[in-house]
Amino acid sequence: MPIAFTEIQETIRMVEMEHLDIRTVTMGISLRDCADHDFEIVKQKVYDKITSYAKNLQSTANQVAKEYGVPIINKRIAISPAAEILGNASKEQAIELAETLDKAAQTLGVDFIGGFSALVHKGISNGDQVLLDALPEALSNTERVCASISVATTRTGINMDAVAKMGQVIHETATLTKDNNSIGCAKLVVFCNPVEDNPFMAGAFHGAGEGEAVLSVGVSGPGVVLHALKRYPDADLGEVSEVIKKTAFKITRAGELIGRVVADQLNVPFGIMDLSLAPTNALNDSVAEILEEIGLERVGTHGTIAALALMNDAVKKGGAMASSYVGGLSGAFIPVSEDNGMIRGIEDGALSLSKLEAMTCVCSVGLDMIALEGKASPETLAAIIADEAAIGMINKKTTAVRVIPVIGKEEGETVEFGGLLGRAPIIGVNQFAPDKFIQRGGRIPAPLQSLIN
Amino acid sequence: MQNRAVVSVVGKDQVGIISKVTTILSENNVNIHDISQTILQDFFTMIMLIDINDPSNLATLQDKFKPVESELGLNINIQLEDVFQAMHRV
Repeated sequence: MPIAFTEIQETIRMVEMEHLDIRTVTMGISLRDCADHDFEIVKQKVYDKITSYAKNLQSTANQVAKEYGVPIINKRIAISPAAEILGNASKEQAIELAETLDKAAQTLGVDFIGGFSALVHKGISNGDQVLLDALPEALSNTERVCASISVATTRTGINMDAVAKMGQVIHETATLTKDNNSIGCAKLVVFCNPVEDNPFMAGAFHGAGEGEAVLSVGVSGPGVVLHALKRYPDADLGEVSEVIKKTAFKITRAGELIGRVVADQLNVPFGIMDLSLAPTNALNDSVAEILEEIGLERVGTHGTIAALALMNDAVKKGGAMASSYVGGLSGAFIPVSEDNGMIRGIEDGALSLSKLEAMTCVCSVGLDMIALEGKASPETLAAIIADEAAIGMINKKTTAVRVIPVIGKEEGETVEFGGLLGRAPIIGVNQFAPDKFIQRGGRIPAPLQSLIN
Repeated sequence: MQNRAVVSVVGKDQVGIISKVTTILSENNVNIHDISQTILQDFFTMIMLIDINDPSNLATLQDKFKPVESELGLNINIQLEDVFQAMHRV
């Protein structure tokens, strides 16, 4: 059936006026064959492998974006967890590996490379320990390297020793980058139940179940959903869900087509489509504003969780119908600094850290890009991670913590991260100490999978 | 197989848009299948369906539209038709 002009107009309107874009094409690359007894050789192999596999990533993605008229915003690399090849390395060598990754990303013109990662949800191996010890310096010495650490899963419980360590790592990273608003922490995610094929930074890594190389695509479009809803101001909530579902379907179909063309031209298999409503600081490109369009005066007020649950579920349903390979985190992201609506919610006193925590029970990730007061202690940071991990563990979903304790700043001030990372009002933490709880260490056992009320 | 592409022209309504755009297409030996114009959110919008032999020609064609774009203050885009098929047809 030929395409109708109204349909062509709809697509053009989505791209030109409503910020429809392919948010990222991310090439996952396994580095396991780069292990060697000589660390100089390891670094050379890592650099060579990344720069040869992803040599044409930028140019191909740009070319395809031009041909189809849908912009591809980010081109990124995710590697297999770096701790896997650090078993014999020293902390200094781990930092050198991060610098090598940074250099490879720079050579390729890629803004972020993810996968300086370790999976320690049950225990910490030698390579993991080296990576954890190296993290603060690795993140402060490099510009483009993103790290993620898995500290909990539903099947293993929460490794509280790792949680305590991550509290210290975040604090130390914040301190080392304090002249730059503690920006190092923006490149570090602590996960519960991480997914192996997430194309979005900073939590992307190429999981153990993945092949040699794969191309995954993240599509976004809060602006498109917002505008679609604006056309139905009087719809009931069932119809609201329907509108979001249909919009998500169309966005996903465009993303999959373009992702497959890019993967084909780069000669790597297509991995998954991640349809996540990921906001940007552009006008009207906000997840919070969708919730407000559904009927909340300000994001964070009573009803926020219900509206978010409706939206997140509708996005998944539309996406799952549109592509057989929906994966990653698919749902809605609620980063604070990258979403003008979220920023306004906090500035107006409608949105709090506690409400954000509760929102993570029903959306795709967790506490994301939240600026905390600089005096938050390592134990408090660890306890925030523990709470978020518990939510993910019990609800069998991914949760994550990417918080930035901004050294030297206090509640009520605002911090500018610049560029894609945006700006954020500083949020205060609870003044009562969880220190004893964190110092106990050990492992919180895996939860019962039945009797689930 | 012959590909089709969609040319969309968005901007302020004025004299000569169709003539200037179609002149460039005919100079480049491009066949027009269908053409339509309307006002979309206060902007003049013209949409044309064209034949394109080789997708790599799109970039060349896009460049040739540049002088018209700046002269008339228009935004001209060429996109392969597949993206519309993917989004609107199951």
